Amino acid sequence: MKKGTFDPKENYFQSRSAIGYVTRREATQADYDRIGFKSGLEVHQQLLTKYKLFCRCPAGVYNHDHEYDAELIRHMRPTLSELGEYDGTALMEFKTRKEIVYRIKNETACTYDVDDTPPFKIDSEALGIAIEISLLSRLNIVGEVHITRKQYLDGSIPTGFQRTAIIGVEGEIPLKHKKIRLIQLSLEEDACREMWDVGHQRGFKTDRLGMPLIETVTYPDCFNPDEVREACDYIRFLNRSTGKVRTGMGAGREDVNVSCRGGSRVEIKGVAHTKWIPELTHNECFRQWALLHVREMIRQRVKNPAEWKIASRVIAYNTFNFRYKPIRLAANGKNRIIAINLPGFKGVLSFFTQPGKMFADEISDRLKVIACIEKPHMCHSEEFTANISLKDWDSIRRLLKSKENDAQLVIWGPEADMPTALETVEERCRMAFEGIPNETRKSFGNGTTIFERVLPGADRMYPDTDSAPIPLEDESIEEIRKNLPSQVIDRYHQLKKWNVPEDTYHYIFSRNLYPHIERIIRELKVDPRLTGTFFGHHLKFVEGHYKKSAEFTYDKLFDLLRYIRDQHLDVRIAGDMLPVIFEHPKMDLDSVLTSIKFKKVSREEILAKVDFLIEKFRKVGRSQLPDIAIRWIMGELRGLATGNIPLRELKDEIGRKMGIAD
Amino acid sequence: MSDDIFQGYKGEALETLKKFNTRVWGQARMETTRGTFVGTILPRAENDDDKHIVLKIPTGYNIGIDIRTITSITETGYKKAVYKIPEKQFPVTPGLPKVKLLGTGGTIASRLDYRTGAVIPAFTPGELYGAVPELADICNLETEKIFAVFSENMGPRQYVALAQAIGKEIEKGVDGIVIGHGTDTLHHTGAVLTFMCQNLPIPIILVGSQRSSDRPSSDAALNLMHAMHAAGHGDIAEVMVCMFGPTSDEYGLLHKGTRVRKMHSSYRSTFRTIGDVPVARVSRKEIIPIHKKYNKRRNDRNVNIYPYFSDEVTMLYYYPGIKPDTLDSMINAGYRGIIIVGTGLGHVNKELYPALERAKAKGVHVFMTVQTIWGYVHMFVYDTGRDMMAKGVIPAGNMLPEVAWVKLSWILGQTDDPQKVRQMMFTPVNDEITLREPYNGYLVYQGGVPEVEDFIRRVHK
Repeated sequence: MKKGTFDPKENYFQSRSAIGYVTRREATQADYDRIGFKSGLEVHQQLLTKYKLFCRCPAGVYNHDHEYDAELIRHMRPTLSELGEYDGTALMEFKTRKEIVYRIKNETACTYDVDDTPPFKIDSEALGIAIEISLLSRLNIVGEVHITRKQYLDGSIPTGFQRTAIIGVEGEIPLKHKKIRLIQLSLEEDACREMWDVGHQRGFKTDRLGMPLIETVTYPDCFNPDEVREACDYIRFLNRSTGKVRTGMGAGREDVNVSCRGGSRVEIKGVAHTKWIPELTHNECFRQWALLHVREMIRQRVKNPAEWKIASRVIAYNTFNFRYKPIRLAANGKNRIIAINLPGFKGVLSFFTQPGKMFADEISDRLKVIACIEKPHMCHSEEFTANISLKDWDSIRRLLKSKENDAQLVIWGPEADMPTALETVEERCRMAFEGIPNETRKSFGNGTTIFERVLPGADRMYPDTDSAPIPLEDESIEEIRKNLPSQVIDRYHQLKKWNVPEDTYHYIFSRNLYPHIERIIRELKVDPRLTGTFFGHHLKFVEGHYKKSAEFTYDKLFDLLRYIRDQHLDVRIAGDMLPVIFEHPKMDLDSVLTSIKFKKVSREEILAKVDFLIEKFRKVGRSQLPDIAIRWIMGELRGLATGNIPLRELKDEIGRKMGIAD
Repeated sequence: MSDDIFQGYKGEALETLKKFNTRVWGQARMETTRGTFVGTILPRAENDDDKHIVLKIPTGYNIGIDIRTITSITETGYKKAVYKIPEKQFPVTPGLPKVKLLGTGGTIASRLDYRTGAVIPAFTPGELYGAVPELADICNLETEKIFAVFSENMGPRQYVALAQAIGKEIEKGVDGIVIGHGTDTLHHTGAVLTFMCQNLPIPIILVGSQRSSDRPSSDAALNLMHAMHAAGHGDIAEVMVCMFGPTSDEYGLLHKGTRVRKMHSSYRSTFRTIGDVPVARVSRKEIIPIHKKYNKRRNDRNVNIYPYFSDEVTMLYYYPGIKPDTLDSMINAGYRGIIIVGTGLGHVNKELYPALERAKAKGVHVFMTVQTIWGYVHMFVYDTGRDMMAKGVIPAGNMLPEVAWVKLSWILGQTDDPQKVRQMMFTPVNDEITLREPYNGYLVYQGGVPEVEDFIRRVHK
C-alpha cells in the first residue's frame, strides 16, 4: 500500500472478501465445512421451586431496580483453585478493581445471599427436578453430589463464587438427523441481575440470586448454525416437558461455544432468544476466521513477535487541532490523552471482523471492560470517518516516529486508568500474533458480539468446604425414573404419526402442551390432527391476540373438549369458544355458548334451509358457477352450523342437493 | 507411607481402591451400573463415609462414585496436584514501619486441607505477599508462627506464650504487632493480652476473618491491611481487635480488647464494642480516633508482661429453676473462682443461696455479671441482690462476662488473697469496667421501624 492511497473502507471490504465471508442467507454447508464451524451449548434453565437453592428465601419474586431496603459493597480478590492455580479471568477481573454494589430487598434476600451466613441444606425439590432432567437427558447419575465453588469475580455473586454441583455426566439428546452428546448437567444457584456498570463501579440486585438453575452442557457436535438452534430448542423442550421449570423472560438462557478450524473456544454469553443463535454463531465463526487471517498478515510483517511492543506518548490537547467533542471534553486535569503507535498494524485496524465491526473494535471493547474507561475513548488511524484530521494524524506519526506500515491510536481517560489501558492495548495486539483470544462475548440481537471477559478455565473450581457431600441412593433415583415424562423425540414422532402439521410443534413443545393433547386424544377420542391444530393454531392465535386471565390453565381445554363431546356438538365450535374461556376461565361453558350466540339446531333444520338458499342464489348470484354458489351458501349457514354439524359434511350436503357429485 | 496413597479413604472405599489397584491422584476410568465415569481420584475427608470415591472430572468439578455400583476401575495415569500458594519475596521498603505478624492459626491466606475438608492457613511473608501484595505498601513485614490452633482451642498455655512473644518483640524494637487469630475467641484473647501486656509502647492488633481467605469475597485481606496499617502507622498503643465496621468492604473498627465481643455467628461485622464506642475507625489510608483519650505510642521499649493465668476459674450461666448442685459440683471440683452470669441486674434464684454459702466457706471467689451483656450489675436495687452480696457474691460492674472470667483467671494466677483479688478486679487495666456508660454505647436498632429502615437504606450496615 502506497502512502496516501490507503482507504480504510476499501481495506475493510477487501479483507471481508479475502476471508471468504458470506452472509448466513448465502451460506451453505460447504461454507461451514470450509471454515470448520464447530459449536456446543450450555443451556441454563431455572427450576420451578418454592425456595432458593441454599436458603429459604422465596424463588421467583422479582423487584424493580429502585425497590431496595439496603445496599452493601464488596470487592473480589482472586484466590487459588483446588489444584493451586490462579485463574486467568480471576486475575483480569482483579486488574479491573471494581467496586461492587448490591441492592437487597428483605423480602427476597437474606444474610446467606450477601454471604454473611453459610449455606443451608440444598433444596430437595430442586435436587429432585435436576435428577429427573438428568435421567431424561440419558446422563450417568453421580453416586454422591459434591458442591463445588466456581469462581466469578465479576461481582454477579456476592460470595465471589457460584455453588454448583454435577448431577450427571455423559448423556445424549437425539435431533431429527443426528445425536448430540452431553458432557454434563449441573445444579447451581442463579446470579444477581446487573443494574449498571460504569467506570469502576458495578451495581446488582439480588432478587434472582440463589434461585435453582440447571446447566446442560453439550459437546461441540453441531456443524452448522441451524443445528445449534435445533439442539438448543431440544434441550429447552426437554426441560419444559417435566412441567417443573420456570418459563418467561430470563428463565432460560444459553451460552454458545463456537470455534472455527484452527481457532479456539469462544463463549457467547447469555443469549436471550434461541432465534438469535444461528446469526450469532455464524458471525462468531467468521470473526475467528478473520482473526486467523490477521495473524498470517502480521506474522509476515513482524519478524520477531516476541520483541513487538507499542510506543506511546502523552499528548497535550492544545498542541493539536482536535475538533472531536469527546477528546475536547477529556482535556482536563484528571484525564490523559495518549497517542500510541502499533508497529506493522496498518491495515489490521480496519480489517473486517464482524458485520459493521473491525479489528480496532476488539481493542476498544477491551479498554472498556479491563481498563474501565467509558466509550468513546479511542480514535484510530483507520476510521471510516476520521475524527482526527489527517494533519493531526501526520503530526502524531511524526511524534511517535511511526513507519509506513504502522497504525496509530489516540486514547483518553482518567489518568489512574491509563497504565492498565496501555497494557490492555499491547496485550490485545500481542494476542493477534497468537490468533484468537479465549474469551466470553456478550451477544446482541443484530448477531454481533463484544468482548465480555477472559474465558475462565477449570482452575476456578474449589470444593465447598461449607457443605457435606450428598449421597444419591439407587432407590430414590429409580423412584424418579418411574414417573418420567415421555421423551421429546418420541413425542415428535407421535405428532408426525398423528398427522399434526409440523408448523405447530415449536409452539406445542415450548409450552409443554403435548401431555394435554395426548390426554384429549386418549380419553376423549378427538381426532388427533384436529386436536393438534386446535392447540398449535387456534390456541397460539388466541394467546397472541387476547388478554390471558390469570386463572386460565391449559387443563381448561380438556374440560372444553369433554363438554363438546358430552353435548354432542361438533368439535369445531371449540375454536369459537376458546377466546371467551381464555379471558374468562371461570365462566360455565353453557354461558360461553350463549355469549358466542350459539343456538342448538338439528341437522335437519339446517339442511332444510339449503334448498331455499340454492333458490335464492339463483336470483342474486352474479355468477352461477357451482363452486361460488356453495361458498355463498356456506357463508350464510356457517354461524348456524358451527358446532351443530361438521362443516365438511354441510358442504357435501349442499353439493349433493345441487346435483354435483363428489 | 502406604496410607498416603489412599489419603482419607477407609473401610469399604479403601478396600475398593486396593481391589482395583488404584490410588489417590490416579487418573481413572470407572465402569459402574450407572455408566462410565472418568477423572482423577481425589483424597477424601476423614469424616465422610466409606461408601464413595471422589473423582475430579475433566471439567474441574468433583463428584462422588458409589462403590457399590463400581464394576471395574482402570488407572490410566497418575498426576499429583501440588497445592502451593505462590511465594514472592516480601519487599523491604526503607521508611516503612516494621510490623511483626504473630500467627496462632487464623485464616489469612489459606489452602485446602483434605484431612478435614476445611482450610488451613498460609502464613509466611512470601505467601502473604503472594496473596495480598498491597501489604508491601503498608509496612515491612516479618512473621512468626507461635502455634497453630483453632480459635476454640486457645487456652492458658497459648495465652502465656503469646504474651511472652509480644514482650520479646517489643524489646527487639518492632513498630507494631499484628496477631492473626481465629475469630471465635478473639475477644477472650483481646482481654487476656490487655491484662498480661501493660504499659505498651506500640499497638498490638488482633485480627481474623469471618469468611476464609479461600473465597474471593473474604474479609481477610482487607482486615489484614487495616490491621497492618493500625499496627505500623497508628498512634494508639493498646491491645485492640481490628475487624469490619459494616458488613461492606469499607472500613474497619478498632475495639478495645476488654470491651469487644463477637455478636453474630457469621456476619463480617460481628465484633462490636459493648457499653462504649470503638477506639477508632481504620481504612487503608487513615486512622480516625473516636475516643479522645487513649494510650499513645512511645519510643521506649518498656513494657510490663504479667504472664499469669489460672485454669481454676469457671462460669455459670444462670437459668430459671437452676439447682444448687450445678454450683456445688464446681466447688467440689476445686474451682477457685466462679463468674456467675445472672439475669437482669445480676440475680440468681434463692435455691442457689446455700451453695453460695458453701462457696464462701471454701474461699471460692464468686463474681456476678449480667446476661443482658449491656449494662451494669446493680445488686443494691433488690433485697435479693443484697442477700447475695452478704453471701460473698461480688458485683463485677459492667465487665463483660467473658472478660470477668479472663480477668479473674489472670488474677488467680498471681494471688489468692481475697482482698487483693477484689482490689485487682475493681482496678481497671483498660476500661474493662467503665465509670460511666455513654448513651451511644448501647445500640441495637430494631428493623421494621421506619426511621431505622430509612437509615439502613442510606447507610451501609
